[in-house]
Amino acid sequence: MFVWTVLLIVLMAVIAYWAGRTHAAGLVTAGGPRLHSLPSYHGLFTAAGAMIGGLALAIAGAFVFGSQSLLTPVAAVIGAALGAFPLYSKSSLDFRARNNFERVVLVLLITCSAVAILTTIGIVFSVLYETLIFFRSVSPIEFLFGTHWSPTGTPASFGFIPLLVGTLLITVIAIAVAGPLGLLSAIYMAEYASPRLRSFLKPILEILAGIPTVVLGFFAALTVAPLIRSSGEAMGFSVASESALAAGLVMGMMIVPLISSLSDDIINAVPQSLRDGSYAMGATKSETIKKVVLPAALPGIVSAFMLAISRAIGETMIVVMAAGLAANLTANPLAAVTTITVQIATLLVGDQEFDSPKTLSAFALGFVLFFFTLVLNYIALRIVQKYREQYD
Amino acid sequence: MNAPVHHQTLITPAHPKALASGQFKVTARDVDVYYGEKQAIKKLSIDIPDRAVSAFIGPSGCGKSTFLRCINRMNDTIPTCKVTGLIDVDKRDIYDPNIDVVQLRAKVGMVFQKPNPFPKSIFENVAYGPRIHGLAAGKTELDEIVEKSLRKAGLWEEVKDRLAQPGTGLSGGQQQRLCIARAIAVNPEVILMDEPCSALDPIATAKIEELIDELRQNYCIVIVTHSMQQAARVSQLTAFFHLGTLVEYGDTNEMFTAPQEKRTQDYITGRFG
Amino acid sequence: MTEVRDELVKKRYASERRFRFYGAAALILTALFLAVLLIDTVIRGIPAFHETSVEVDVNVNAADVDPANLPGGNYDKMIKEAFRAEFPEVTGRANQKALTALLSTGGADALRSMVIADPSIIGKTVTVPVLLGADADMFLKGQLTDQTIAPGKATLHVARLEGEEGFVLTGEKTGEEAEKQLGLATGDVVRFQGGAVRVTGMQNGYLKADPVLPPDAAFSTGNFDAGQWDIVSFSVPQANRRINDNQALWLDKLKQEGRIENSFSWRFFQAGDSREPELAGIRGALVGSLLTVLVAISLALPLGIASAVYLEEFAPKNKWTDLIEVNINNLAAVPSIIFGLLGLAVFLNFIGLPRSAPLVGGLVLALLVLPTIIIASRAALKAVPPSITEAALGVGASKQQAVFQHVLPLALPGIMTGTILGLARAFGETAPLLMIGMIAFIADVPQGFTSAATVLPVQVFLWSDLPELAFKSKTAAAIIVLLVVLFALNAIAIYLRKRFERRW
Repeated sequence: MFVWTVLLIVLMAVIAYWAGRTHAAGLVTAGGPRLHSLPSYHGLFTAAGAMIGGLALAIAGAFVFGSQSLLTPVAAVIGAALGAFPLYSKSSLDFRARNNFERVVLVLLITCSAVAILTTIGIVFSVLYETLIFFRSVSPIEFLFGTHWSPTGTPASFGFIPLLVGTLLITVIAIAVAGPLGLLSAIYMAEYASPRLRSFLKPILEILAGIPTVVLGFFAALTVAPLIRSSGEAMGFSVASESALAAGLVMGMMIVPLISSLSDDIINAVPQSLRDGSYAMGATKSETIKKVVLPAALPGIVSAFMLAISRAIGETMIVVMAAGLAANLTANPLAAVTTITVQIATLLVGDQEFDSPKTLSAFALGFVLFFFTLVLNYIALRIVQKYREQYD
Repeated sequence: MNAPVHHQTLITPAHPKALASGQFKVTARDVDVYYGEKQAIKKLSIDIPDRAVSAFIGPSGCGKSTFLRCINRMNDTIPTCKVTGLIDVDKRDIYDPNIDVVQLRAKVGMVFQKPNPFPKSIFENVAYGPRIHGLAAGKTELDEIVEKSLRKAGLWEEVKDRLAQPGTGLSGGQQQRLCIARAIAVNPEVILMDEPCSALDPIATAKIEELIDELRQNYCIVIVTHSMQQAARVSQLTAFFHLGTLVEYGDTNEMFTAPQEKRTQDYITGRFG
Repeated sequence: MTEVRDELVKKRYASERRFRFYGAAALILTALFLAVLLIDTVIRGIPAFHETSVEVDVNVNAADVDPANLPGGNYDKMIKEAFRAEFPEVTGRANQKALTALLSTGGADALRSMVIADPSIIGKTVTVPVLLGADADMFLKGQLTDQTIAPGKATLHVARLEGEEGFVLTGEKTGEEAEKQLGLATGDVVRFQGGAVRVTGMQNGYLKADPVLPPDAAFSTGNFDAGQWDIVSFSVPQANRRINDNQALWLDKLKQEGRIENSFSWRFFQAGDSREPELAGIRGALVGSLLTVLVAISLALPLGIASAVYLEEFAPKNKWTDLIEVNINNLAAVPSIIFGLLGLAVFLNFIGLPRSAPLVGGLVLALLVLPTIIIASRAALKAVPPSITEAALGVGASKQQAVFQHVLPLALPGIMTGTILGLARAFGETAPLLMIGMIAFIADVPQGFTSAATVLPVQVFLWSDLPELAFKSKTAAAIIVLLVVLFALNAIAIYLRKRFERRW
């Protein structure tokens, strides 16, 4: 039914276009005054009327008659005709069809742009709504400051702290890996590598950036974690099979391209005059980079790190596959911890009643996650903006 | 205003002569500079004396900045640039493989057209050079070097109370003097200046020109300028460049009143440029 | 040179070299990680692209097939009977079960298709390739255990123990000497004419063995010269593997007879998901991915371009539009799982769309890639020089005509590149789709936009969780397919960029 309705509306619009155009063209007599707008615009305007009328009555019909009913496409056709006719009859030599049509187009464009804002509102509203319902059964204090997380236990406890600690532990490991690797790669590519070498190295980083996180998670769980476990135990440590180190390491490698490309842009944006000033003083290249370029690029690099942290915190698949499920309040990288995203995934996957505190706690977690990453991203983007102004 | 130095032994390119020893700080013989395929400097030979200001003038694109940048090997930072010929500072070939370019640049300082202080404090800007070259044994020595350099650059009185503030917060003229102080702090013997006043207002320019006049008592100064008036005010010797060749080099006063080459005459009188 | 502080200068240059080295090392480490990741995945996944079947002569018993209902015939029974017939020496219910357990539960499918295609073979005996089960398949690919078969180097004497189920092995010597001389270790299987036994170790000073393929009752002793018997050793002890020694020997026998067929697994691309690893394929996931991404792009592309055009060309520059721009930049960096939460709360619960459908998945992914497409399209529009717009306006075009007829076509290559990259991202997303229910086991290929489906990355995730070793291989194979598709998409985007993008 849906497909038929759409096809019918389109058909009506095409007919309206043809009708409008021919009608307008017919108004012109040889040697007489010209049309204000091209006939095709008359046609387009009429067709727009058909589409709007048709859509409006189709939606109304779906509500009244049901979306499966035969009456809905009928309503659509009637709506299209009703929409097209008044516009058709407006056609005259003076009629500013093009302007009217363009006004319709503008409204359409604005509506489309509104979708992006609606998305944000939708996210905030829906997640917040469920979170507030959750806070009716579990107090925010217990949630934010509780140290025991066991939603499936009896009694269920919803202390958020172990998740926060677990998330931070893995994030710290990831940044400890990605920070030096990403930054040093960017420095080498921006300052030392020849253009030919750059064109060879950049694709490697872009390929790594394009690898889906589920693939990285598989690699982490099947190859990296056992490797860390066996080498750790060979050295005498007790290593969990889902250690934070394994997940953090692979997540770090995932973030390297992000830090590298952002830092690369930022380092390249530092004006050459600063470098020249340093070289002219007799500084070596590494001294110039360490003492002049990097300090000048510092705000941008800090913001790159913030974006990387935000990405690490919000990453799901690698940790779901390679990190643990039990909430564990520890700072030991060889132990298994769980993160916010893992809990969201575990709580919401599978069939459970939607309104239980267990399911709603996932939304509360989601809200915290969204808020946190939003703040980080906002600050990071503002720093980049202000920083750009400094050099423009 | 300026007493010409070593007047009699000046060489114009038409009469190359062997050097008398110890008289010239910077000498060049048959220098060619290429940017890729394009030749920017053609067979340049010149002798630049110490403790004097030599000005390079000429229309834009004639190669004066290019040659200036050869003297402290800043052209090394441009991958497509190729330099052949001989350039000596203190009778040592600066392109000799045994020469450490890092130390060369401490000896031959440079001030750029647009003031480029580092985004650090005033103190750190001046202290940068002495730090990396290890010229100060401790903090007190470093403080002394910074104060001395700022005094020599005529900036000390204006900034002595705000050494910790960023160098980029100073006015244009002050920034340029800061850059000069920065260059002085590493104890150079030659100071190269590439159109140092073109980004400054007339008052700041006047201050810098005063400074240059003081500095020439202790340093060999080479200044590139597109203003003939400035060259006339500030320098003892002037070199006129045209299309990559050195057309004439001689005493400033004589150059501007009675030049020997027709091209020089045409440029000075404004026929082109 | 003055200021000769050679020591310091040397240190500075050493520091320079070290610094440069660190930079290069960072890049090398990253490239190495990528290489190891890809090579490891490929090595794991390649075996899954081949399947093993065994050639069996099956008697198509007319009693088991009703000509009016060909698909309903009892082909399973026919296959099992035929297979058992290959090993007449295997007796006893337990052993016979172990034998037919080697076959796949879908092993009869080939026979069923043959009969449906040509019913005239009913009553005849035909040679049919029967798919082997996952465990047998893994064993033959060498993934379950390493197996070495070496001919015995000394003379072997096997004697059945009286009153016990067991055998004693001796060579020219007995006891411990025998073990050394014969070159046997505990757990090794000794294969000889008539049977096979497993060495259990020393007992009462004798080298004892348990029956694996028991010789028949008539056998009491046997002498075998060097070369007439084999030692079969396994790297993984029988207790730790899913194919026990009997089954291993049966498979070895089939292999030696050349009845094992190794062929490219088209099934992997033609079949939907299954609980049996050897029958599982990615067709359902691929179709699901296609439908989902189709929905996503058909929504995100027009919305994205329209938004970008409006924001870049028509919107007034005030604090509201600034806010929108900040908003879009932020959305581009929101974790993808949040979009899943949005989908769950709004599309599934509030609106009531069907769970796990490509329609819902496509909606969620559309919102996910929309900010990226808007940002890329805006950049492409911004790159078109204003002189083009001015020229169009100069001849009397309206702003809209200038934008749609001049600027947009020139920005199109950049927009397409951004869209394809967004498409690639949508294709690889997993977390948000888990939230909207694509985690269920779905064996059928989805029929439309509202039927339950899964997508390839989620399929990878589901399979990776399953304990069977065979599924690990399938997961890696599915990853290879996923990476190939992504690589192709990115290559297309790069080609488009190189070919059509103009540098102004």
